[in-house]
Amino acid sequence: MNSFNIFKYDLISFLSYFLLVIFGIINIYSSSYSDSFTSIFDYTTLVGKQLIFLVACIVSFITIIFSKNKFFDNIALLLYITSILLLISLFFFGVERGGAKSWYILGPISFQPTEFAKLCSALFLAKFLSIIQTDLKKNRDIIIVGTIILIPFLLITLQPDPGSALVFLAFIFPILREGLDLRFFYFGVIILSTLILTLVFNFIISLIILITLFMFILIYLRQKKIKISIINYLLSLTTLIVISFSTNYLFDNILEQRHRDRINLIIGKEFDNKGIGYNINQSKIAISNGGLFGTGFLEGTQTKGNFVPRQHTDYIFSTIGEEWGFVGTLFTIILFALLIIRITLRAEKQVNHFRRIYSHCFASILFFHFFINIGMSIGLVPSIGIPLPYISYGGSSLLIFSIMFFIYLNFDSSRLKED
Amino acid sequence: MLKRYLLVWVTIISSIVFVIRLSSLQLSSDSYFNSDFAVQELSIYPERGLIFDRNGELLVANQPMYDLIIVPENTSEFDTIELSRLTGIKVDDLIQKISDAVNYSSKLPYVIESQISKEKNAFLQEKIWQYEGFYLRKNSVRDYIKPYASNVIGYTGEVDENDISKDSYYEKGEMIGKQGIEKYYENELKGFKGKRYFQKDRFNRVIGVYNNSSKDVDPLKAKNITLTIDIELQEYAESLLSNKRGGVVVLEPGSGEILTLVSSPTYKSNEFIGKERSNNFKKLLTDTINKPLFDRSLQAQYSPGSPMKILNALVGLQENVIDASTSFKCDGGHYYANNAFMKCHNSFGTISDLRKGIYNSCNTYFAKTYKMIIDKYDSPSEGMDNWANHIKSFGLGNYLGYDLSIGKKGFIPESDYYNQFYGDNRWGSSTTISNAIGQGEILTTPIQMANFAAAIANRGYYLKPHFVKKINNESIVNVDKISTTIDKENFEIVIDGMVDVVDKGTARIAKINGIDVAGKTGTVENFILIEDKKRQLTDHSTFIAFAPANDPKIVVSVFIENGYWGSRWAAPIASLIIEKYLTNDIKRKWLENRMLNGSLLSEYEKPYLSKSFSINE
Repeated sequence: MNSFNIFKYDLISFLSYFLLVIFGIINIYSSSYSDSFTSIFDYTTLVGKQLIFLVACIVSFITIIFSKNKFFDNIALLLYITSILLLISLFFFGVERGGAKSWYILGPISFQPTEFAKLCSALFLAKFLSIIQTDLKKNRDIIIVGTIILIPFLLITLQPDPGSALVFLAFIFPILREGLDLRFFYFGVIILSTLILTLVFNFIISLIILITLFMFILIYLRQKKIKISIINYLLSLTTLIVISFSTNYLFDNILEQRHRDRINLIIGKEFDNKGIGYNINQSKIAISNGGLFGTGFLEGTQTKGNFVPRQHTDYIFSTIGEEWGFVGTLFTIILFALLIIRITLRAEKQVNHFRRIYSHCFASILFFHFFINIGMSIGLVPSIGIPLPYISYGGSSLLIFSIMFFIYLNFDSSRLKED
Repeated sequence: MLKRYLLVWVTIISSIVFVIRLSSLQLSSDSYFNSDFAVQELSIYPERGLIFDRNGELLVANQPMYDLIIVPENTSEFDTIELSRLTGIKVDDLIQKISDAVNYSSKLPYVIESQISKEKNAFLQEKIWQYEGFYLRKNSVRDYIKPYASNVIGYTGEVDENDISKDSYYEKGEMIGKQGIEKYYENELKGFKGKRYFQKDRFNRVIGVYNNSSKDVDPLKAKNITLTIDIELQEYAESLLSNKRGGVVVLEPGSGEILTLVSSPTYKSNEFIGKERSNNFKKLLTDTINKPLFDRSLQAQYSPGSPMKILNALVGLQENVIDASTSFKCDGGHYYANNAFMKCHNSFGTISDLRKGIYNSCNTYFAKTYKMIIDKYDSPSEGMDNWANHIKSFGLGNYLGYDLSIGKKGFIPESDYYNQFYGDNRWGSSTTISNAIGQGEILTTPIQMANFAAAIANRGYYLKPHFVKKINNESIVNVDKISTTIDKENFEIVIDGMVDVVDKGTARIAKINGIDVAGKTGTVENFILIEDKKRQLTDHSTFIAFAPANDPKIVVSVFIENGYWGSRWAAPIASLIIEKYLTNDIKRKWLENRMLNGSLLSEYEKPYLSKSFSINE
């Protein structure tokens, strides 16, 4: 092993990570603060529990940084299988919390294998995609990749924790990067747009919009003298019309009422600030109460009054918004964007495929959590209960996201090596 | 390339969208929401200030009453009909109020019924615990101890939308002075409410003080007010006006302090307290015949009648158009223009000098004096404006500036008025001759009459009339002293004439043994419209007086609507008030009884009986 050189590590990312974790601890303390509170090192308190996991993070940091990176390549499959088994055995040994059987409880420590599955899936997906023979132009390989993602996705959906399952959709980014035709992505975007369009307006209006849009495309293509297959053109239009037509059926029959409510709230079809909209409304109240500089540490009235349920976990961003104001929220967003962008850009410099793809997978998961969690706190995205990495209270989340980050650090430090 | 950096672009776009959204949430001036729900504000009210009469007698105090409160969130199922029976609120009203409360806020207390009496509260307290979410809250309301001088003291009431929009100090459900002293001295009487802030949690539980109590404000004590009113005299004057319409104003000329202010018929401040207050108010407001809320001493504008002759005499003396010895012959009236005759009750051929003109109230004498005053100048406009200037210096034709918020200006005509009516200077003293005897265009309020009587009593000046003597223990000093345009030496001969009025003239009934009373009667013609036809009603009876004539201690102005001639009602009432105030004893019991028991109700009914009626019977 070479002599230890600190400058070969991605120090900027590490600083971002470090600041996020510290900021997280501060805000967990504030969210769970009460006047009778005594010492932050009391392990029965939320901050105390989080600090125990922080210690575990430091231990894993040392372990991972000094591991050979070939090690992760080797155990990727094993880890993936383990995580799948852990997810399966949840149905037998899991403990139900918040309506989902997604916890293992061993004495004082509780653990969520869902988080672990994210790490393992990322590693194994990277492993599979980095095999020389894998070719995403071939249907067989597309199906295998789909299966790798679908297994944990389905198992988690059945817990039932569909919010966490959705995180696995984030792998679309690395898969596209590794050669999946962009048409899949465009189709995805167009189908999603059609769904939203139909939900916001109705079928007739969506139909008019779709047909008009396709007419314009046709005229445009004619002018540019681009030849297209009329059959494909009509097929695409018909597919979208069918999707639009069946949207309301799917919406009413596939989704549960709470999901429908959450979506209706965001697209503005429902206003209910006392019932289902309470959480989002209170979160927005707290955030807007912060103003430019915030109310100050431990001074947030909405935070102190516990008006925002789940504020130390999924809605921690509202604490930041109230107590640290626009300055605090901007700081948080910049740190996350910096981290995600930097990981992606550094990944592109990796010589080794496995390590590059893993870094992409990690950045994508991080982005998905960042996008959904903050978007939900400020009322832009339907309420989906997933934590804000490094900041939300939750030992499993902190530990797994830290481990994923440390693995990235390890990989990144040897980005110029072939193996 | 797009594939490689897709995540980078998506991250950048998402971040920008987030920042835009956050800046609209956090940086826009119209905050998405304030923290009302998280901070509980509790107002601490100082006890409203007490009101005393000039001799320290307590007139207005405070008494506890109770509000029935609901906090909708805390209620459980209950029997509305049973609660309705218990509280005496109609079932429909109760349901309506509860649904109003729910609409207002499920977490905040809402008043279902306010001003529940002590007795009712004692009964309710025993039962209300069965109804979760309901409770009784102690509140302080006014206690008007003496049922007199209500028109001066006024009353309080719950603030309305208008009060709140005018002054953000007030919040829904609070009390404010609505009329009288309660209104004018609202700032002194209310003190200043304090504030306590508490931090709440989402279950609406108080979890401690907010921000270390740093925002809390201590309440400021209210101030007590001592009136210039003599409640004993007020009570006496009010009793003398029972069953009569009109006003009485009693002043202390040396200070401008108002000793008594009666408007009859009137209301009682206590009618504005308790459960029946809104019904009472409606009744008072809709009584358009008696108009109990209309203050006849401050707001009613009448023709002044003969007391105006005194002022014209003073102006004539000041303008040197007459002197004490100037005599005019009266032929039972006189022709002031071709075929225009002003009648006078003096007999044909009477020759009067100034004193005799006053005590016999000779119309001819003052018509001639007035004519000379106006005609002294080249144009009638000049003469008229000069005359009006003198008259207005006595506080007529404008607000007096006393410390109550209601009143009327009255009216003193000037050249503008007649020029507009007849054309520039196409009129003259004859056209406006009614001004000589206080009929015609001139309008005055009873308090203005008392005030000009005070200016005569003081021989040339008056002090701004006012109702408050002390605020806390600080006496009101620096009362405005206003001089008239008449020189001091011109007053004596006129006052001699006024003493003669009581001594041997039109108001001999007002004579009090051992006290020189100066006065002037008035008999005022008046008209109303009945079905668009102008009908004359029985004359108003009016009298102004002060005593003792040489060193006046009291000024009285009495105005009795449709009382016929001045010495029939107004003069005896004024005389009794003077006697009561100066000797604290009434010797003329027969006169007192006649006034106390006398009623003019049948006179007031006449125009409403829809049949022809005779007047001045």
